[in-house]
Amino acid sequence: MITKLPGSRPGLASFTFALLLLAGLLIALPLQSVRAQEPTPTDDEVNRIARHLYCPVCENTPLDVCPTEACRQWRDLIRQQLSQGWTESRIQQYFVDQYGARVLAEPPRTGLNWLVYVLPPLFILAGVIVLFRSLRSWRAQASDESPKNEAAPSSEAPADAYVARLEDELKKRS
Amino acid sequence: MSETTAGTPARRAVPIWVQVLIWAGLIGLLVILAIGLSRSQRGTVQPGERVGNFDLTLFSGYEYNGQAQVSLEGLRGKVLLINFWASWCKPCEQEAAELRSAWAYYKDRGDVLFLGVDYVDTEPEAREYLKKFDITFPNGPDVGTRISQMFRIKGVPETYFVDREGILRYVQVGPFSSEGQIRAIVDPLLQ
Repeated sequence: MITKLPGSRPGLASFTFALLLLAGLLIALPLQSVRAQEPTPTDDEVNRIARHLYCPVCENTPLDVCPTEACRQWRDLIRQQLSQGWTESRIQQYFVDQYGARVLAEPPRTGLNWLVYVLPPLFILAGVIVLFRSLRSWRAQASDESPKNEAAPSSEAPADAYVARLEDELKKRS
Repeated sequence: MSETTAGTPARRAVPIWVQVLIWAGLIGLLVILAIGLSRSQRGTVQPGERVGNFDLTLFSGYEYNGQAQVSLEGLRGKVLLINFWASWCKPCEQEAAELRSAWAYYKDRGDVLFLGVDYVDTEPEAREYLKKFDITFPNGPDVGTRISQMFRIKGVPETYFVDREGILRYVQVGPFSSEGQIRAIVDPLLQ
């Protein structure tokens, strides 16, 4: 038999203690702020990145227009990565690491790939130089010929002689 | 008989160093083109060739003897079946059951190993595929397509059979039609 002390209320004391404990726990628990969820990236946002990637399976097909199931999975992967806050460069690097550099629309500027960027402008420049020199020489020839034509009356006799000789030769061969 | 007309400016010859440079550039381009074309015309690795070494990091849950990564060199002495597949590959689904049952037949021997190489795939879909077809042999992704480039595969599914010495003995392009077909290839390599 429990002996009660004079003046004590054990039920009330226990209830009060439990209430205080609960209050203390609630205060001690870290409060987590509720964040607004990141909106799901739109198709345009996904395709903005997919446009710069090529389907690793189908040749020469950009990822944004590739109709295959595999491409749909990769676009979903891009969407997921965007929603996780990945940047475009990080997503591209991920695809390069996973599937090789050939998935990039632009070859990386390493090794022999530099030729792709350097040679076409060089060829265009060479073509422009050749064209410029040719035009200049044609112009020089044309300006040289025009004084000759003005002097034609004084050299008519030799020109006629040449023409006459040419006609004789042609007659012999006909 | 040619006659030079008086007053025509003499044409300047292109400097010799420019000619050499142009010819060297053209020949260099032709060499690069030839190398690229010959590479693209090479077929898959052929039977009789030694298979180069590669490392395959396995999906978690599909390890081999507790190892998360396997190396071809480390598997010498075993007959290997290297199967290239992808979750988006419909023909691969046709042979999944055959591979599963063949693996069940050989797995306790210890001298035969099936390795699945997941080609340009995404991990969630790959795992779903493995689970769907109850494939339990070691599988891993072909990161950077290095392994598939080494074998010069043309598509999936393709399966390569390597003997105990690391020599490629058979190439199966396309799905297997039966478990018996797999065993008919593996059994002679065990002798």
